[in-house]
Amino acid sequence: MKLKGRVWKFGDNIDTDVIIPARYLASTDPRVLGEHCMEPLNPTFAKKVKTGDIIVGGANFGCGSSREHAPIAISALGIPLIISKSFARIFYRNAFNKGLALLEADIVNEVDEGEEIEVDVTTGVIKLKTREVIAKPIPPFMVELINEGGLINYLRKKLEDHQ
Amino acid sequence: MGMTITEKILASHAGKDVVEAGEIIDARLDLTLANDITAPLSLEEFDKVGAKKVFDSEKVVFVLDHFTPNKDIPSAENCKLIREFSRKYGITHVYDGGACGIEHALLPEEGLVVPGDVVIGADSHTCTYGALGAFSTGVGSTDLTYGMVTGRNWFKVPESIKFHCYGKWQRWVTGKDLVLYVIGMIGVDGALYASMEYTGEAISALSMDSRFAIANMAIEAGAKNGIFKVDEKTLAYVKDRVQRPYTVFESDDDAKYREIFEIDAGKIGLKVACPSLPSNVKDVEELKGIHVDQVVIGSCTNGRLEDLAMAAEILRGKKVASDTRCIVIPATPKIYLEAMRRGYLETFVEARCIVSPPTCGPCLGGHMGILAKGEKAIATTNRNFVGRMGHPESEVYLAGPAVAAASAVKGSISHPLEVA
Ligand code: SF4
Repeated sequence: MKLKGRVWKFGDNIDTDVIIPARYLASTDPRVLGEHCMEPLNPTFAKKVKTGDIIVGGANFGCGSSREHAPIAISALGIPLIISKSFARIFYRNAFNKGLALLEADIVNEVDEGEEIEVDVTTGVIKLKTREVIAKPIPPFMVELINEGGLINYLRKKLEDHQ
Repeated sequence: MGMTITEKILASHAGKDVVEAGEIIDARLDLTLANDITAPLSLEEFDKVGAKKVFDSEKVVFVLDHFTPNKDIPSAENCKLIREFSRKYGITHVYDGGACGIEHALLPEEGLVVPGDVVIGADSHTCTYGALGAFSTGVGSTDLTYGMVTGRNWFKVPESIKFHCYGKWQRWVTGKDLVLYVIGMIGVDGALYASMEYTGEAISALSMDSRFAIANMAIEAGAKNGIFKVDEKTLAYVKDRVQRPYTVFESDDDAKYREIFEIDAGKIGLKVACPSLPSNVKDVEELKGIHVDQVVIGSCTNGRLEDLAMAAEILRGKKVASDTRCIVIPATPKIYLEAMRRGYLETFVEARCIVSPPTCGPCLGGHMGILAKGEKAIATTNRNFVGRMGHPESEVYLAGPAVAAASAVKGSISHPLEVA
């Protein structure tokens, strides 16, 4: 899968409280969640972001709560991919379960806000202005899960076979 | 090569003799948990996959603790959805209304988790039950749906980090100070994907309430779980509460650890995590005099009886400073009742604290104590991220119950000795 998109830069330890503040969690509607995505850090983010844009972050992206509302809010804005130095573990699982792709690579200091980058999610090759970076490979088990169409599709198939 | 307690519990639930860190396993679950924020997403998916039942109606737990008593119409609708689902599928453990407490204080108290269990919860602080010698970890709603339906889930066996604590604790210091010290030392991703295991004489000397507080904040260091050795105190705790048989697992002497930290308990003073990361830890003495508009004593970290006892001891016969609000939240109905019997609630009300029913409330900026722009709070909760308790420009300091109570009396961050 090849993607091309504009970069939105974020720092280290971007937590789920800033991705989607708890006061909006009474809703499960992706549209509502998307509207408030990243609001405490950048109140105009949701308005300015375009489908296909890519988030680039630092260490420990997605730390904090287990709320799946966080990857849902990001996906709802049409963001297909986050590239970060590292990810918090519950967020990592949730994103893949929800079909949001994540790549581990430390590029935040090498890209500019708004710059366009090209990424091959399958091979992990990221094309920057000056060089190519290869992201840490996605664990084989995760790839298998993605090929099954995510955990919920996998479960659906399993239940159908059973009945 | 020996195994750690975490590896042994996971191996036993995967039907294996041996597992190693890094291995992916498929394990049987003893319990699944969700709350009024995370359950609705799970239940939507439950319907989508066409499931007809949960794997075991006695092993699926719902606690309606976050936005309750319901703060608005959407949260009331969410709770209604969970109640209807529970009736339809015969779920036995639904905690609602006056039976509701903060989930991670409630489940151990109700005897729902036993040593040696594997538990997943759609709440990141599910790691709290590690204090009982169980493997428990937070997951998202999709993983929870999978667990609720199949009674299983996949796990990557975590590496373990050992924290060996020796020596004697100083007065007023609790498990909260230790865990803040540890997070300050290793950072908010210092234990990413790993298991944090606590051992040593100073740990045996800690109460169960303190151990729950430590296990609770494993996630604040990025860990998958926190875990404690089962000892006499653990056994005494589960004895009157637990109906199910259980297995006690113990780490082997030659188990493999990624890192081992030696910690002298006697050197740990009262700690405070400054805005806006739990790892931004300082000694209380360095922060004296910072004005606080609000104090919160409660949450799944420090809303237990030991915490309320400590706060009551400091607040007895005193008053909360005039330009500070202090909110006390007993974590469960049982803690509430016992605090009432012992006169703590009377002490709090006389000191002009607000005593709240058990709820997560202000901890996640939900309701019952939201901060305005520019306000500062000191709280016994576990997270102080930007905007966690309200306005993006409000700030939260994290501390144990003694510092929080002393700060309420002074109206600024204080050491308990200053108000004694
Ligand atoms: S008390 Fe706070 S941290 Fe604990 S479960 Fe409730 S919201 Fe989460």
